[in-house]
Parts: sequence; C-alpha cells; structure tokens
Amino acid sequence: MVDFINSIVVLLNFVIIPGLSYGSQLALGALGVTFVYAILRFANFAHGELMSFGAMITILFTWFFQSQNIGLGILPTALIALPFGILATIVLGLLSDKFVFKYYRKQKSVPVVLAMVSIGVMFVINAIVRIIIGPGDKKFFDGQKFIIKARQFKEITGLNEGLALKSSQVITILITIALLTFTFWFLQKTKTGKSMRAFSDNEDLALLSGINPDRVVFITWLIVGTLACVAGTLYGLDKSYQPIIYLNLVLPIFASAIVGGIGSPFGAVVGGYVIAFSEIMVTYAYKKFFKYLLPENLEPSSLVQLLSTDYKFAVSFTILVIVLLIRPSGIFRGKVL
Amino acid sequence: MISLKANNITAGYGGVDIINNLNLFVNEGEIVVIVGPNGAGKSTAMKALLGMLKLTDGSVSFAKDDITLMLPQDRVNLGIAFVPQSNNVFTGMTVEENLEMGGFIRSDDIKHTIEDIYNLFPILKEKRNQNAGELSGGQRQQVAFGRALMTKPKILMLDEPTAGVSPIVMDELFARIIEVGKTGVGILMVEQNAKQALNIADRGYVLVNGKHSREGSGQDLLNNPEVRKSFLGG
Repeated sequence: MVDFINSIVVLLNFVIIPGLSYGSQLALGALGVTFVYAILRFANFAHGELMSFGAMITILFTWFFQSQNIGLGILPTALIALPFGILATIVLGLLSDKFVFKYYRKQKSVPVVLAMVSIGVMFVINAIVRIIIGPGDKKFFDGQKFIIKARQFKEITGLNEGLALKSSQVITILITIALLTFTFWFLQKTKTGKSMRAFSDNEDLALLSGINPDRVVFITWLIVGTLACVAGTLYGLDKSYQPIIYLNLVLPIFASAIVGGIGSPFGAVVGGYVIAFSEIMVTYAYKKFFKYLLPENLEPSSLVQLLSTDYKFAVSFTILVIVLLIRPSGIFRGKVL
Repeated sequence: MISLKANNITAGYGGVDIINNLNLFVNEGEIVVIVGPNGAGKSTAMKALLGMLKLTDGSVSFAKDDITLMLPQDRVNLGIAFVPQSNNVFTGMTVEENLEMGGFIRSDDIKHTIEDIYNLFPILKEKRNQNAGELSGGQRQQVAFGRALMTKPKILMLDEPTAGVSPIVMDELFARIIEVGKTGVGILMVEQNAKQALNIADRGYVLVNGKHSREGSGQDLLNNPEVRKSFLGG
C-alpha cells in the first residue's frame, strides 16, 4: 500500500503537476493563436514572440520594482509588473496590426500571405527583444520558491518519495483558471463577446447586423495581448526566461491549437493540456514509478523512457501530423486548415 | 411615407455592368417582388441598393436622404435590413444568440422583440438553445428572417427566401412575409418562385438583362400573357 502511494507521489511530482502547469501555459498561448485565427483569419506565427516581448517588459518592470524595494513578500514581484507587461504587449499587437496586418486585411489577401507576413513580424519582434534584453538566460523569480519542499513532504508524510510544489506552478494554474473563466464568460455572456463570435462565424452577416469590424479587431488584440503576455510571463517564472525558448514554443502552441480544433477556444485549452501531458509522459523515465509497483524480480533495469527529453518537440510535431491526417478539424471540430 | 428608391442605377462587377439605369422603389408596408430569368441581375440590384456594390451611375435614396455613398452597416442603422440567400445565420450560435446579434445595434430592451419573433415563428422558441447550424433549411430561413427583423427595420430586403425549401415550408414562409408586411414593414424580395411570389405581392418588377421590362401590380403581371409565357411557364 505504501509502495502504491509512493508511486502515485512520484507520478504527481514528475508528471501531473508539471503537466498541469506547462499545459496551462500552452493553453493560454494556444487560446491567443486561436483568437487571431478565428477573428483575423490567419495563423499568427509571431505569437511566440508576442509572449516573449510581454515577458521581457514584465521582467524589466520587475527589476525596476526590485531596485525600488517594492515587492509582494512571499509572492513574486513579477505579479505587480504583469499589468505593465500586458499593456505593452497590447500596444505592440495593435501597432503590428496598424502598420502591417491591416494593410493585408484591406487588400483581402489570402490567409497564407498573412501567415507569411506574421513570420516577418516574428523576426522583427525577436530582434527587438534581443536588442533590449539580450539573448541570455534571465532569472526574475523572487519571493518564496516552494509551497512544499520535497524534504518537508517526506518528513510530514513519512513516505520515501517527496512531493515538491513550486509556487510558480500554483500561481500558473490559478491565474490560468481565472483568465480562462473570464474569457469564456466574456465570449458566452457579454454582448461584445457574442458579437466577436458572430464576426468569427460569419463576417458578412455580422456587418449586416451592424457589428463594427474595427472594434472587433481592436478587442481581439486586447485579449490576444493579455493572453500572450500572461502566458509568456508564467512560462518565464516557471522555467526561466530566454528569447530562443519562445521561438521553440511556437510549435507546441500551434500543435495545441490545431489538436483542439483551431478556431475553437475550448479546443485550444484542451489541446494545450493534451500536448503538455503527451510531451511529459513520453519523455519521462518511469523506472522509479515501476520500482514501487512491480515485485523486485520484475524491476526494470533500464530507465523505461520512451524518448529522450531532447526529442520533446518531436512529440508535438508527431501529434500534429497524426491529427492533420486523421481528423484535420481537431478534437472539437474547429475550422479545417 | 418612407421609401427606399433606386434612381437610374447602373452597377456591376469588374467593370461589366449587370444592371443598367434601373429604377425601382419600395414603400413602407408594401410587398414588392422582383422576378426575372437567371442572370437578369435580380440579386445584383439588391446588393446595389444595400451598398455592397459600388454604383457606376445613379443614386439610392432612403426617405428624403441620398444614401448612395453610405456603408452597408450604416444603412442597417437607418432601418434597412437584408436577408442574404445563403450563409444567412450564425451557424455556431444558438437561435436566441442569432436574434440577439440581429438586435446588436439597438440600445433599448430587445426582449420584447425576441418574444414577438417567437410568436411569429413558434418553432424558434422551441429551438432557442439549439445551434442554428443544426436546424433544417426552412427553420434556418426563419432564423435569418428573425435576425433581420430584430433591427426593427422599415424596409426588409429578402434574397430568395424560399430557395431550397419544400413547397409546404414555402407557403408557410410566404404567409409569415405577408404577416410582417401588415405590421408596416416594407418588403422587397427577389424570388425564383415567381407565381407564388407575385400572388402575395402588392407590386412587382420583371427584370430582364438588368433593366426592368415591366412593372405593375402582382395580379397584373400574373395576368400579362407575355410575362406568363416567358417566366411563368404559360
């Protein structure tokens, strides 16, 4: 029995909690991608860089507040800096729309042209970020790092295995729940939210109903900027901030959005968790887990790891290919790409 | 009396004029039908009246105002509603949400209008929480009709409201159209089912090659031997 609990704790510690927090970060990112896809009707490859930019501004403000000795005690200072990051990300999104995307929208360019254009925007934002903060690894987490440390957990429970709960993980999950609840409430219950769904559903009919397209585009960037900045900051808090990582994040984020059904907000969230858990479960070494469950003579001698963690990104890529082959509309029947 | 008027309009796509010097009007409380063979420019005339198509000549007026250069969305605010022939509902939204979106421009309480529309189309009340995309063709047509009525229009334009529905549903829709006309809304519709449409119409236009060749009361057109021969099958 104790062995069984130990094995569950191992799984919680190394798979479930990290999966939930990484999944939340992907879900918020994928939700932003899906918003742009559903309303502005293109695949925005610059979304990862938008997250990176938001996280960068939040870091800069965090450093400023830290230098002024303004903090939140046990909570990370980044939470005070976050609203400034969100504001800056929204402004960047609106500017990229005004100077780049709007032109192609008015030209009624095909979506693939806009997707190509977004790759250009991606490079530009990436360069700006590297010029301002540099390519290196930046730490900005402060406050209390752990809610429960592995050693404390062992002492309290008397188990062999420890369960560490990082405060960044709990913050990630709580903020994600709050933001998702607000977003879905906004889309389902408010007049403005409904008008955005209407615009996404049938643009011509939305115009005939008197819905102002410029306003819909504006609100889209408000939401996308907020989601991107929060997702980017939470990822940076949880792991660490490095511009190149956000370039790599674009793949799992798009995989999440497409697996869930691109254009479907609920699908994007589910897709985020599907991709996160797949990545972690396929690259986790289950040796310890089986050690507790199997009798001694059956204990595995190898690591029982399906793929090395170096192939993490191959997982999202493989899932993406499989979904596109078998069910291109995704789990929740988004638009077919 | 308010009326929507096309004065000598010429319009088309890509430099080719499809309608030429067309004159037509519809008054409040009147049912006006445009009939004509395929490719006569019936739907194009509708789009030109709505501002979805740039005019090369002529003008459009509503009440006393010239609205030739006004954007389609602004014409909605004036009280001109349009039901397109296809893609005329928000498929991913519920029936009730479709109606709410119809009332998007209104700042007053829209609940009463929704109730009125449920009284007009009882089936919609039953299906209020179902997605419009899951409904049958005839029911969708009712949702589309209802969405347009939510703006409380003075003039309602319908592009082939009975396209692709069964004859029973068609009669039902025509009955509803008459009912709406009686409430004082002016109705301008393009119809393939010319005979039935002219039967319920106060006036009709026969459109050929982008020009109206004949104008008259519904009954006059129905009884005209030439019209009968060319469009009504003898």
